[in-house]
This record gives sequence, C-alpha cells and structure tokens, in this order.
Amino acid sequence: MNAQVETKPHPRIEATNDFVVKFANVNGSGSASANELFARAILRMGVPVSPRNIFPSNIQGLPTWYEVRISERGWLGRRGGVDLMVAMNPQTWDADLKEIEPGGYLFYDSTRPLPASKFRDDIHVIGMPLTAICNRTYADARQRQLFKNIMYLGALSILLDIDAREIKRLFAEQYKGKEKLLDSNVQALELGREYAAQHLDPIGLHVQRADNVGDKIFVDGNVAAALGCVYGGATVCAWYPITPSSSLAEAFQKYCMKYRVDPETGRNRFAIVQAEDEIASIGMCVGAGWNGARAFTTTAGPGISLMNEFIGLAYFAEIPVTIIDVQRGGPSTGMPTRTQQSDVLACAYASHGDTKHVLLLPEDPHECFEFSAQAFDLADRLQTPIFVLTDLDIGMNQRLTAPFAWNDARDYDRGKVMTAAELEAGKDFGRYKDVDGDGIPYRTYPGTHAERGAYFTRGTSRDPYARYSERGPDYVYNMERLLRKWDTAKSLVPQPILRGTGGEAHDGVIYYGSTSPSMSEAIELLGKQSLVLDTLRVRAFPFPDSVGEFIRQHERVFVVEQNRDGQLRTLLINEFGIDPARLVAILHYDGTPITARFIAGAIAAQMQPAKAKENAA
Amino acid sequence: MTYIAKPKLHHPTLACNAIGFRRRDYEGKISTLCAGCGHDSISAAIIQACWELDIEPHRVAKLSGIGCSSKTPDYFLGQSHGFNTVHGRMPSVLTGANLANRDLLYLGVSGDGDSASIGIGQFVHAIRRGVNMVYIVENNGVYGLTKGQFSATADQGSKSKKGVVNSDSPLDLVGLAMQLGATYVARGFSGDKKQLVPLIKGAITHKGAAFIDVISPCVAFNNHAGSTKSYEYVREHNEAVNRLDFIDVRAEITVDYAEGEIVDVTQHDGSIVRLRKLSADFNAHDRVKAMNYVHAAQAKGEVVTGLLYVDPDAHDLHEHFNTTEVPINRLGAQELNPGAETLAKINNSLR
Ligand SMILES: Cc1ncc(C[n+]2csc(CCOP(=O)(O)OP(=O)(O)O)c2C)c(N)n1
Ligand code: SF4
Ligand SMILES: [Mg+2]
Repeated sequence: MNAQVETKPHPRIEATNDFVVKFANVNGSGSASANELFARAILRMGVPVSPRNIFPSNIQGLPTWYEVRISERGWLGRRGGVDLMVAMNPQTWDADLKEIEPGGYLFYDSTRPLPASKFRDDIHVIGMPLTAICNRTYADARQRQLFKNIMYLGALSILLDIDAREIKRLFAEQYKGKEKLLDSNVQALELGREYAAQHLDPIGLHVQRADNVGDKIFVDGNVAAALGCVYGGATVCAWYPITPSSSLAEAFQKYCMKYRVDPETGRNRFAIVQAEDEIASIGMCVGAGWNGARAFTTTAGPGISLMNEFIGLAYFAEIPVTIIDVQRGGPSTGMPTRTQQSDVLACAYASHGDTKHVLLLPEDPHECFEFSAQAFDLADRLQTPIFVLTDLDIGMNQRLTAPFAWNDARDYDRGKVMTAAELEAGKDFGRYKDVDGDGIPYRTYPGTHAERGAYFTRGTSRDPYARYSERGPDYVYNMERLLRKWDTAKSLVPQPILRGTGGEAHDGVIYYGSTSPSMSEAIELLGKQSLVLDTLRVRAFPFPDSVGEFIRQHERVFVVEQNRDGQLRTLLINEFGIDPARLVAILHYDGTPITARFIAGAIAAQMQPAKAKENAA
Repeated sequence: MTYIAKPKLHHPTLACNAIGFRRRDYEGKISTLCAGCGHDSISAAIIQACWELDIEPHRVAKLSGIGCSSKTPDYFLGQSHGFNTVHGRMPSVLTGANLANRDLLYLGVSGDGDSASIGIGQFVHAIRRGVNMVYIVENNGVYGLTKGQFSATADQGSKSKKGVVNSDSPLDLVGLAMQLGATYVARGFSGDKKQLVPLIKGAITHKGAAFIDVISPCVAFNNHAGSTKSYEYVREHNEAVNRLDFIDVRAEITVDYAEGEIVDVTQHDGSIVRLRKLSADFNAHDRVKAMNYVHAAQAKGEVVTGLLYVDPDAHDLHEHFNTTEVPINRLGAQELNPGAETLAKINNSLR
C-alpha cells in the first residue's frame, strides 16, 4: 500500500518513552476524544505525557492539532519538533510534513494515492487505508468518520507498543452503562490493531511501562482554578463568555452544584451570573466584594480592557475582588485560541491614574488551584483587586500535575473587618486610616451597626474617615498609604523559586507561568553544552526584594516570556530601576506554547555568539 | 466644602417613628446641589418614606453612579453604607451587593445620563434579572454635572439653554422598564411630594425590581421655556393616572373612598398600596395596556405619572438562583469548603 514512494535508506529515529507525536485533524471530526485516549493510555502505563491542543477559533471544519510529548523524564513542556506526524488533514499536509524531524515518521490515510512529490525522502512513511476500511465496515456516515479515529488509535497502539488493555479500560470508564457504544469502540480498535499487525512495518518509537507518573493528576488549569475558587470560598461569580476562560466559569458552576448545595434545604451557597458584558461582570464582583462576599470574575484580554475603569475604582476604594485572566493572543481579537503572556502590563497597571495591582503567576494546574484559592485571602487581606494570570496553554490543556492539597485546619483570612462588637465598644473607625502601619485600613460590612461604622464609598478622594475631600494633603496621605500597602503585599504573595548553581553561574534566567516546564528542560539542554545558569521563577507581582537581589547578583539576566514586548522585563526595569542592558529579552510569541529547544537555542546564541554563527554557517 | 456635617439639633417636638427614630435620623450631609434642584426634593421624599416605614437606616445600602443625582445618597440616610460607583454602572454593583447579602434594602439612585445614556445596558439587564431593589432615576433630560448637555431622555425638539434643538428621539425609561419585566413601575415628579412619597414606599415594600422615573428639573440647565423637563412644563402636562396611598399593615384603615375607584394591592410583606383611580381607563395590573396608555399620552406631549404597573407576586433574583436564606456573605469555611477528604476523591477522579 505504501509503495508510492521509493524511500531511500536513512537512519530512523529510535526512541523509547521520549518522543513527540502530533495529530493533524479537522475541527469537529471527533478526533479529540481518540487523541485524548492516546495520551491517557500512555499515562496509565506510568509514562508522563503532556498533550497540547492547538485549535482554531471555529466550531467545525478548520485545522486542529493535538501534540503529545511523551517523556519518561517528566518534561512537560513542548520540546519542539515532531517525531511522528499523524496527518489526517489534507488541508495542512504540506506544513505538517515539514515539521517532521529527519528520520521521523509520517502516518497517513493511504486510501487515495498521493504523488511522490507529496512526500519527503528523509522520513518514514506509514500508509493505512483508513477511509477504505471504514467505508467497508460501516454504513453510517458519522460512524465512518468517528471510527476512523479509533482505528488509527488501534494502529498506533501496535506501532508504539501501547497496551491495548489500558485503552479498553479507558473505554469501559467512558462508556459505563452504554455497553453498545463500548462494544463498537472496542471493535474499531481491534480492526485498527489487526490491520497494523498484518500490514505495517515496525517503527523505532516505543512506549514502555514505567513508574514515573506517581500520584500526579491529569487536569487542565481552568478546572483547577475553578476548584481553587470553590475551596477558596468564592460565593459570587460574574462572568461573560470568552475563550479561553469560559470553561473555568463552567467548571465552577459544575463543582458548586456538587459541593455547594445546602444538604438540608437544597438551597445554593453560591450565585453565578452570566453578565451582559465584562463591565457588568466586574461591577457585580465589586458590589459583592464591598458587601463582604468573596467574588471573582474570569476573562481574557479583551475583557480586561473593558474592566479597566472598575479596576481603578476597586484599587482606590479598596475593594477585594479576584480576576482570573486566562491570557490569549492579542491585541484586539488577536489570536483568540492561541496562547500568550501578553496581558502582564495591562493587568499590572490597569486603569487610569496611579495604579498597581497584585498579579499571581501560576506555572501549572496545581498552582492554578493554589493561587486561585489564595487570591481570595489576599484580596480580603489587602482589600484590592488580585489578578491570577494564567494562559490558554495552562488553562485549556490537561497537564500532569501534583495532586491538589487542602489542610482542613486552614481557615479563610477575611482581613481587617471591624465587627459590631468592636464598634459598640467604641473602637475608632477610620475607613481609610492606617492604624497598623501596614497601609491596610479597617473596613465594615454594610448593615453592621445601627449608629457606627457606616461610611460612604467613592472613587473620589477623601480623608482617612472617608469624608469627601479634595485637599492635597488628604489625597497624598491616601496615595502614600496605598504604596505602604503595596510594600506589605510583597511579603504576602507567593515568593519566587530559585534554582541556583551555587555560585558557578554568571548568568541568570527569570521566567514565569506556562514557560516553566519548557524552561526546566531547556536548562538541561544548555547544561549539556556546558552553559550554566541560575534560574528564578517569579510567581507574583509586586516583586519581593529577592528578585532584585537575583538580578544584582548576575552579570546578565535573561527574561524569558511569551509576548512581543518583554512585558515582565519592563516591570522589572520599572520597579527596580535596573539598567535595561542587563536584562536580555528572550521572546516567543507566535501563539504556540514556547518550546525547550527554542529557549535553549536563543539563550545559547547569546552566551556563545561565535558558536551560534558557526552553526548558522 | 469638605467637612460639612450637619449640626445635630434635635427639635424636641420632632416625632419618633415606631422604632424610635426621628425624621432627622434619616438625613445625611448637607446637600451641595443648586438651590431649587429637583434632586433635593427627591432626597427629602426618600427620607420621609424611610422614616414613615420605620426602616432601620443601617439596613439600607444606597448605591449610585456619577452625576448630580448620583451625589445625593450622601445627603440622606447618613447611617447607611453608601457607594458612589462609576458612571452608568450602579446596576451591576447593586446586583453584586444584593447577591452578597439579601437581607438589606437596596436603593439605587441614578440620573438620566447615568441610566439612559452611558448606563442603558446595565439598566436593562438589572431589570431583566429582577434584582430586588428600588431603582430611582432622577430625570432632568440633561447632564447636570457636566453642565447641560442633552441626555438620552431629552424629548425630540426640546431646546437647550443655549438654544440647541435636540434631534434625537427620546428614550422612555418607564416604557422600557415595563417591557423588560420590572414588577413595580412608577413615574413621579419631584415637585409633587404627596404623590412621590407613597410611590417610594410602595417600591420599598415591593419584592422585586421596582423602578421609579422621577422627573426632576435641573434649575441650572434645563428649566427654561422650550424645555420639556422644566417645572412649568411638567406641571402643565402632568397627567396623574392614579393616587396612591400606602397603608401600613399595622395601622387601621380609616380613609373612606367612593366605591369603584379603589384597587387594593397587597404587597409581599403584607402591606397594602391602595390605588385611587384618576383615569377611568387606566389599569396598573395590565402591563401591555399600561404601556400603550403611557405611549399614547406621551405622543400627545403629556407626562403620565402615578403607579403604572405592579405585579405583587413577583419573584426576585435570589428566588431564580435558589440561594440560601442566610446571606452568602455570612457563610464561612465550614459551609463553603468541601474539605480535604473530598479533594482526595477529586484527585482520584483525575488520574
Ligand atoms: C466614564 C465617564 N465619562 C464621563 C463622565 C463625566 N460625567 C460625569 S456626570 C455625567 C452626566 C451625568 O448626567 P446625569 O446622570 O443625568 O446626572 P445629573 O447630573 O443630570 O443629575 C458625565 C457625562 C464620567 N464621570 N465618567
Ligand atoms: S446642575 Fe442641575 S442637576 Fe446639578 S445640582 Fe444644579 S440644578 Fe441640580
Ligand atoms: Mg440628568
């Protein structure tokens, strides 16, 4: 069957438990569930995988990819390059073909013969007449389409030695109670396996049972963050649908229905509003936060733009609110289904006037859970908007991650709230008065006390007792106090994580968020070239002083980001007054998740300019 | 300007209401609005209504947007928490506040620019959702605070102080509110306190989205000849379709009315609003007919006032959401956190 091409002998890629498979599909063809089964089956064999959906802003008919990194070592970032391409989309054939590593493999549907010019002679071609087999086997058009996916899954399980029992177990979990569906899926899987066993040559890529998954869980960041909101005590969620954040609000709804219904009365301990737009979403959160509930909204860049006026109000009027921004490619509608870290500046300095906001920067679903839960404590403690900045790569891809943890002894920190008893006892209440020297004043919830503690909240300037005032000194007192509060925040936010070489390295790297898994692998790649670096993963803004120290201790610091303008680098320069020349921007922003090879290549080129030229020549 | 607090001179003869508060206890800071501004009369009506209804001032949350009208919550109910939000967005903040604590009385105060121009979207959606609130628009047809530009409620053909004629057609807030499902809709006039106070009391005791459009002349920018929102114009064209008496459940009903002219509406809390019909063919229980009536009168240049529509069996957002009786801002980790054991199960389901 695969004899159209005269393949010259060339070295095959040989790899066990360390390779990249990419599926090129058409959106809406039902490939997603087969591809996920592929990844999960390997996971069940104890081998870490990290899949990534690369999908269009469209419901049906456009190209979509699913890239699976298989790595016994547990590298969960994108590596770069593809070892086996499952090319099921004629539309993207040429580009998909180009991506295959020399010596790599192409798996395709060989029902329709293709001219030799459609192939490469440095790769290994595996043709299987999927359409023909399906047309022979099934009468129904939808079945022909769906089972084609299961059939290639079967063939791949033979080629890569994936344990078919794991796939069948996954089927059984998925189709519990739907035995008919279960049987027909198993049948399609077996058909694929039989064909592959009889007709396809073995390849050099293999999966072998290992024990490297441990107690890790497999979950996407949006689900994780939604759970974090449930555990963090969020009761009000107001949101407006936008990719890639919608599934977060939907997951919150799902978990609330399960865990937040009063068992005695059947009544809900939560309120979720799908608002008319993002201005209303944030407005509702501000109202709820003002009134003592834990409220959050979730959105993406365009929503942040709309929320700006309210964010400034919440900052100045000191109202707790949590905003989860699942970043995507901007500006404007940009690349709505692609990933970026390009809202960093827009969030850090959101709104008019002098404003700065707390940003939490999770690296994976585990931290999405942690930081989302923590955001509510920070919002209450600091009485200010807290941003959790994730992105599409973390938010919408299932990732192997440390299990979620909660200590039942942990109570919520509701911050400085003056009670009716304290007011009754005559405690002095100045809503905007710094009584503890940490810049954080006391607040009262509406309705607390009949004669004391009421105050008027406004975006206009006021004195420490919340009385309207346009006096310069009152305004300055307040703005200075907000800066003291900012300093307080530095010790409360998640601290950066340092991986040092113990004085060996002259250079350092700063990175954050979804860059993290690729960075870990990149450091190893660089190490193989004897290029050593200390790394610092920044987990929040404001930057604790240790971030400034790290920069001062190194001759040169690379700042790796997924945006065009080096936004975190700008923040570092701005906050620490650092000579920009010492911070070298390493930027990746084409909308695909950053790869280990890209980072290592870009840093190596800076560290060994001579060698890089040689390589290029 | 800054630290004006009213001297607290309690006149000995000032009567206390049933919960021991004087009328003065419902007042706020001294108004900084222009002398004669309609908005101040509305503040006075709110004070009167709350006092007469024996409302505990601190159980009210007053919210507003931006504008002269939106400043007024500082000038009444000094013991209530207030929130002067951003321009046109009071409804969303009020909605969120209401979700957090269903036990307070939510009073939203806005202007025609605030609600009908920049904030029309939020006005529309808060009403659609049936937020339990009293939403008052102090409608003067102009932006007072930014010095007299037309707002979206300015009538077509009405003339600005500088002589500019408004060419856009007006947005009718009561018509919209009725269409959107508000369950208590009224229009008042700041110059008729007798009519306005009971309208506000009816709105306060209503459970659901209560909206009152109060025509409130701006003496600085829209009280001249050629304006359709001036004191003179409204007095001349005011067509009150009914008179409302608010009857406290605890008080005895003493007033006698001629039969046939009276409709009693029992509110959610048991109180009664008694409608005295002034127009024979107006029915405040028929939404569609009421809308038609108001629009027909409007086309003739009349300003219909009174209680225009009421549904005493309305449901509010909390009922739609099936939220707990206990305000959700009072729930703690005990009620909200599913705990470590559940989390372990969730972890297992993700393997
Ligand atoms: C976003 C924004 N745009 C513009 C303004 C300026 N502004 C303040 S009040 C106002 C109009 C208020 O009109 P209205 O609500 O009718 O209140 P009035 O003063 O007439 O009572 C405007 C445009 C603002 N505060 N915020
Ligand atoms: S400008 Fe108009 S609306 Fe504003 S206070 Fe003066 S009279 Fe009232
Ligand atoms: Mg106005």
